[in-house]
Amino acid sequence: MSVMASISVQLFQAVLLVLIAPLAAGFVSTCKARLQNRRGAGVLQPWRDLRKLFAKEVVMAEHASWIFRFAPYIVFTATMMAASVVPALMVDTPLSLTADVIALVALLALARFFLALAGMDIGTAFGGMGASREMTFSALAEPAMLMSIFVLSLGAHSTNLTTMINHTLNTPVMMQPSIAFALAAMVMIAMAENGRIPIDNPNTHLELTMIHEAMLLEYSGRHLALMEWASQIKLILFATLLVDLFVPWGIAAHADPGGVVLACVFWLFKLAVLFVLLALAETGMAKLRLFEVPEYLSAAFVLAFLGLITHYMLEVAV
Amino acid sequence: MIISFAQQLIDGLAALMLLVSFALLAQHRMLSVLHWFAAQGVLLSITAAVVAYSSGHDELYASAAMAFLLKGMLLPWLLWRVIRQLHVHREVEPLMNNAVTMMLALAITLFAFHVIHPIENISELMTRNTMSIATACVLLAMLMMMTRKKAITQVVGFLAVENSLFFAAIGATNGMPLIVEIGIAFDVLIAALIFGVFFFEIRNTFDSLEVDAMQASLVDKDDES
Repeated sequence: MSVMASISVQLFQAVLLVLIAPLAAGFVSTCKARLQNRRGAGVLQPWRDLRKLFAKEVVMAEHASWIFRFAPYIVFTATMMAASVVPALMVDTPLSLTADVIALVALLALARFFLALAGMDIGTAFGGMGASREMTFSALAEPAMLMSIFVLSLGAHSTNLTTMINHTLNTPVMMQPSIAFALAAMVMIAMAENGRIPIDNPNTHLELTMIHEAMLLEYSGRHLALMEWASQIKLILFATLLVDLFVPWGIAAHADPGGVVLACVFWLFKLAVLFVLLALAETGMAKLRLFEVPEYLSAAFVLAFLGLITHYMLEVAV
Repeated sequence: MIISFAQQLIDGLAALMLLVSFALLAQHRMLSVLHWFAAQGVLLSITAAVVAYSSGHDELYASAAMAFLLKGMLLPWLLWRVIRQLHVHREVEPLMNNAVTMMLALAITLFAFHVIHPIENISELMTRNTMSIATACVLLAMLMMMTRKKAITQVVGFLAVENSLFFAAIGATNGMPLIVEIGIAFDVLIAALIFGVFFFEIRNTFDSLEVDAMQASLVDKDDES
């Protein structure tokens, strides 16, 4: 019975995450519009975009290979899998028990690999440029992300998200400098991985320094819809991951309906706060020069490493 | 494991101290170097005050006040006046690539931890955890002196070494005797004043504050004579 219940919570959570992702993207852009004294297109706009794109026919370049055709499905599936690994409503969901953080990062890396391949497949200048930039920056961002997650797994003695959340819930709240460092690093990486403003502008489709959009330039119709949807899921995935790792309080421990509904309310509230902060940050900051991005990412790495060192220096009495 | 709130606070301040040392090393602009230097001084005085409160060493309050006035306000202001009069608030040029410096700094921090950790275990003080961080800060400030070209940033590095030593003294023995501390503080103040005068002299003689330029100029003079 309880297995069935936890599987159904897992399914509900995965579907919710995927369906809510466009709304979250719409929420961020509406907040940004309001902050810039514009009315904005409304929270539902990404949904309308996706519906329109799914209805349109796919136009493909003459030289497109099978990679180009399959990439959207692979990217979408990998991102969706990664999103269902992250516990949003309940601590011990079945999938979170089978896949740990390293598997999560690997799934995201798989999605990115095919995204970059698809960018290079057609052979346009923009696609190749975007792909090479994406791979350069991800080579710097990935170690920093793993490092900041390791800071937390050092305390929990596990890289499993469920164990890590349980550890955070069960330890008394106290000042832990290492976790503050890890949080700062993780926020910086989340901004970079989702192509948010100091690194990449998510609203532009024609800019010399664009990264993510440059790889999608050749896509149309349902392929483009899947790619955009995948990047929206990635945004909500990172937000949920941040919430899980640093402020998990409120998440349901068991699969009873009342607890799950309450956890859902808590989760949505935390996401809303996080996205308002994101909109504020994006409005307040200017985009970095492309050549300053490696410095930004290495700063994130240094912060994460400092978290690791201070964990040993200050928190573990060896 | 439950740690007392005062110790948590001290550990947090130590972590901030380490962060400030890294930030000092990573800055590009003269003015932000000074801001972080001032922040280091203020942090130092807060740490001294917290340690004074929690350990009951009342003379540390005097050190805290002195650190705040001297290292948090007076020295940064003196340096700020110098850079304003010399117009050197352009970017600081490090000798090495910034990422390489950062990796080196991380290695140094690990080294400091490795060396000091056995000593920490002997100590019974509440502040023992901060000793390795203080040592790391001393080494990081030395790294800053080594990797910068401009005389002013080297002096900031020197003053940061002194700050870190003060921090180490608080951590290792809950502060030096007050008379020693006052003596050191005045030494540093006088040193900063003399450095300030020196900067003007250096600029007048060599037309530059870069250490390489001074050497080049001397070599030129040797060739001429």
